[in-house]
Amino acid sequence: MILAADPLLVDGIDLTVVLIVLLKAGVAFALLLVAVMLVIWFERKLISDMQNRIGPALAGPWGILQTLADGIKLFFKEDLLPTRADRVVFRLAPYLSIIPAFVAFAIVPVGGDFSDGGDGTVSMFGRSTFLQVADPPVGVLFFLALSAVAVYGVMLAGWSSGSKYPLLGSVRASAQMISYEAALGLAIATVFLSSGSLSTHDIVVGQSATTWNVLATGIVPFGIFLIAGTAELNRPPFDLVEAEQELVGGFHTEYSSIRFALFFLSEFMNMITMSAIAVTLFLGGPAGPIVTQRVAWVWPLFWFFLKVMAFLFTFVWLRATLPRFRYDQLMDLGWKVLIPAALGWFLLIATLDVAADLGWPTIPVVIVGVLVLWGGASLLSGAVRKAQAERLEEADRGADETAGSASGLGEA
Amino acid sequence: MNDVANRNQLAYIAAQASDARVNVEFESEGMTLNLGPQHPATHGTLRVIVKLDGERVLRADPMMGYMHRGYEKLAEVRTYPQVTTLVNRIDWLGSFANEVPFILAAEQLMEVEAPPRAQWIRTILFELSRIANVILFLGDMGVQLGAVTPVFFAFRDREFVLNQIEAVTGGRFHPNFDRIGGLKDDLPKGWIEETTGVLDRIRTFCDEMEDLVTGNEIFQARTRGIGVIPAEVGLAYGLSGANIRASGVDWDLRRDGGVGLVHDQVDWKVWTHPDGDSFARYWVRLQEVREACGIIEQLLGGIPSGPVMAKVPRIIKVPAGEAYVETENPLGVMGYYVVSKGDLVPFRVKIRSASFNNISITPWVLEGTYVPDVVSILASLYFILGDIDR
Repeated sequence: MILAADPLLVDGIDLTVVLIVLLKAGVAFALLLVAVMLVIWFERKLISDMQNRIGPALAGPWGILQTLADGIKLFFKEDLLPTRADRVVFRLAPYLSIIPAFVAFAIVPVGGDFSDGGDGTVSMFGRSTFLQVADPPVGVLFFLALSAVAVYGVMLAGWSSGSKYPLLGSVRASAQMISYEAALGLAIATVFLSSGSLSTHDIVVGQSATTWNVLATGIVPFGIFLIAGTAELNRPPFDLVEAEQELVGGFHTEYSSIRFALFFLSEFMNMITMSAIAVTLFLGGPAGPIVTQRVAWVWPLFWFFLKVMAFLFTFVWLRATLPRFRYDQLMDLGWKVLIPAALGWFLLIATLDVAADLGWPTIPVVIVGVLVLWGGASLLSGAVRKAQAERLEEADRGADETAGSASGLGEA
Repeated sequence: MNDVANRNQLAYIAAQASDARVNVEFESEGMTLNLGPQHPATHGTLRVIVKLDGERVLRADPMMGYMHRGYEKLAEVRTYPQVTTLVNRIDWLGSFANEVPFILAAEQLMEVEAPPRAQWIRTILFELSRIANVILFLGDMGVQLGAVTPVFFAFRDREFVLNQIEAVTGGRFHPNFDRIGGLKDDLPKGWIEETTGVLDRIRTFCDEMEDLVTGNEIFQARTRGIGVIPAEVGLAYGLSGANIRASGVDWDLRRDGGVGLVHDQVDWKVWTHPDGDSFARYWVRLQEVREACGIIEQLLGGIPSGPVMAKVPRIIKVPAGEAYVETENPLGVMGYYVVSKGDLVPFRVKIRSASFNNISITPWVLEGTYVPDVVSILASLYFILGDIDR
């Protein structure tokens, strides 16, 4: 029973319950679509400001309807299908990209009073319920699973286009998104340790009871989550998948019309979802002070909105500032820095938890833990350096041999 | 006997080699990728055919000529004053600088010399067009690496330089202002003070670039040690300008050539960098913009009085003979070989443009790099398509 934790479903299911669930899903869907529209406008306006431009200004007040106009334009354009494309997969890929983007938002608690030990329930048509579409007990795993599915959207889009630039983009996509998923997962695992639950609602409740996870897990997992999340979203400086200057458009080079719009929408939708998940996992979700009692239900929504905006601003800011990584530098950062760091920190937090359970003194445990991790890190970096040196040597030898044999054959 | 033994040995080696090839697990034939002629990174119509193994470049061949406009041939049916209109369009970002070597060559044939005031203003405009050209490179390098913001800053501040050029010449992009024996006009009133203000803006822009781009760790990781051109290789391929100075060759025609322009009247420095990588090329150009600001500032302080035009006949006939004049243009050494038969039109004009030689090194320097580096190295070599295909 995937929705079991919601108090709405405890007393059995009748028509009102079904209608409430449908209403929540509908509102979330509509909200997300409108939010995407506004986020695209927000990004364009903000980045214009940073780049001495005006940005969209003509459609609607301050150009706020520009996205709508673009969407309508894309909808009426010709839908091209390359001759060499794999027809079925080519058509399927945009949906593989956008459906997970929609569905993942379902587990995010967007409101509800969590202050003073509140459990975040709101009353809707006389029933009490959470302000999130679903609260599965495996919530965060559900998010990880969906973001893994989203990789297929990008990968298959590039592969099925039957063209070279998209192919390069899709090769990059599969490697990049899968390897950063590991770092992302390890950063989230630290949150599980501190919250003791996979349900997003329980994670938020746990944070409002004690302290926000960003402090409880000691900043590092939050930083790793941010970096890996940016890479997972294919946002600059990790936008190698679409790298305009290198791969023209990357995986979506051959897409046009509404199929391209779907990719575009899903990119921004993923951006919102990733920000919302970061807020939920690390920054206490909708928790925050209730300033006035009159419209008390607005304040959690407001705090949630504010925190998400902070993340969205950061993503745009990164895009305006940073150049792009190279493919191998990206892999180095992922495998040699982020994953070992996330794993090491996870082990340290786990050790501290166990030590607290067994009643060991904290400070010696921390010292020993850090020493062990430092040893592990130096072993790892030593191994990496050795392997690199050996590879270089081998490459040199190989180059010499090829040169030698080439000249030998040339004489014949 | 010896022949047979040799052949046997070679056959054995060949067999071994083919065995080795079968044993390599992922031996693929590689993929041929056409970068361009329509590609976001070639800002124009350069086509680079790269043979790839994964993302590694095995071979890269630049193909040019997609924008060939036949200026050398067209110049043969234009009178001398008309030719400047054509050559303006060679390196279109620093167009005034294109006119200078041609006019100098014609002056050399006619044995006239521009009055000192004209020479000073010529040099000022020459350096202003260098700034207009190179600050766009400073921004564009960021774009090619994926950071879009710098180029907007570059366009913003380039506007002020273009305004100054427009105030003197009446043309923003194609001034067509240089005349045989001097200049079309004198400077407008108040221009010198305005230009000093513009130079301050450009210096601020250089500081901004240093903050935003040069110090960025990703930028450094993407450019340091990438596309290294040793000095001797660069010289062998005929590189010039900042590209060769970034390889440590201290060679600048503004200092070492010295015909017709007054760079020797001011105190300035030729910047070099020992590394020869993409970063060095970026850094040298950044310093050169600053240095150009210094040159202009000093020249503005000491423009001599007098006429801006020497005595030349109304209908210009250039006496028979030949002349070759080269100057240090924004992109590198640009030279004109002018042959005259004593007519109204030149008999032959051969244009040595910098970018054509600068990109001839691409097959050498791109071999073994990765696709993203192809883009960044091409950007750091800084070519203008009009300067490649004349």
